[in-house]
Amino acid sequence: MHIPDGFINAPVSLGAGILAAGTVAVALKQARGKLDNQVAPMAGLAAVFIFAVQMLNFPIVAGTSGHLLGGALAAILIGRWPGLLALTVVLSLQALIFADGGLSALGLNLVNMGVITVLGGWFIFRGMTKVMPKSHLGVVIASGLAAFMTVPLSALGFVVQYALGGTGIFETASVLTAMVGVHVLIGIGEGIITALTVSAVLATRPDLVYGARELLPKANLTIKNVEVQS
Amino acid sequence: MSLKKFIIIVSLLCAFLAAGVSFYASADPDGLERVAHDIGFIDDAEESATNGSPLAGYSFAGIENERLSVAVAGLTGVAVTGLFGVGLTWWVRKPQDTSDEVDTSRG
Repeated sequence: MHIPDGFINAPVSLGAGILAAGTVAVALKQARGKLDNQVAPMAGLAAVFIFAVQMLNFPIVAGTSGHLLGGALAAILIGRWPGLLALTVVLSLQALIFADGGLSALGLNLVNMGVITVLGGWFIFRGMTKVMPKSHLGVVIASGLAAFMTVPLSALGFVVQYALGGTGIFETASVLTAMVGVHVLIGIGEGIITALTVSAVLATRPDLVYGARELLPKANLTIKNVEVQS
Repeated sequence: MSLKKFIIIVSLLCAFLAAGVSFYASADPDGLERVAHDIGFIDDAEESATNGSPLAGYSFAGIENERLSVAVAGLTGVAVTGLFGVGLTWWVRKPQDTSDEVDTSRG
């Protein structure tokens, strides 16, 4: 999903850059002074985990692969603002050091794979937890479904950018159909990886899942001590 | 599990994934590349300005052995991401949490 340079024209790339920079500034302001001793190291750890798992492209259909975006996962594990900071670190370093995603396209990529997946994933997750049972399983299912939906949402971000400033002359409708179609499939992988990861952290340290803090208040105190796993 | 132990185990897992498992990752085009190819705008892509980076494309320039090259790139990525990730969140975290570190760095 990393957009290279050349797909989207300069004005739209710049606009996305301004939007991304503004949102990251909000994230810095929101996170400043609020990260406690647990979330602070977890944010660094989340960035590392997302970087590592993004390297693991999985095959989806013949000749096409996908990889984790990680925005929903970051939001659920550490909260949406620290989550956006983690994704910003990952996507920026990928563009700067690994030539993964263009430099002029960094703003586009930050919007699609950072802002949309982190904030979108967070709001979908929060909405789902309201109707899900307040249990580990409920949190895991909400995580997987939210993460699944962020991938076609992120693809929609690209479609909008392409419609506004694509350098090619292709119809938006065909780009839309193709992008959403393939990214629904990639989203299944995103949902599975996210659900498994959240489940693993809930089983070892449920207090480290930021998105479950309010949902599982008593479990935090008991499970840690007696090591009950459910 | 203590927080310290949790962080160490997850860090080791990440290093293993980025340095070892990534060698087996699918090399097929990703969703966007596939769509760009099928619709016909893949050739609009320009080479990244950072393509000269020794780590461009997740392999380490100058190491012939592909497995080793990917491993070095993956480990470097994990280390640098960790450095910046922890650095950024350490910078913005609660003031009282940083008081110790600030004191020792001054002393």
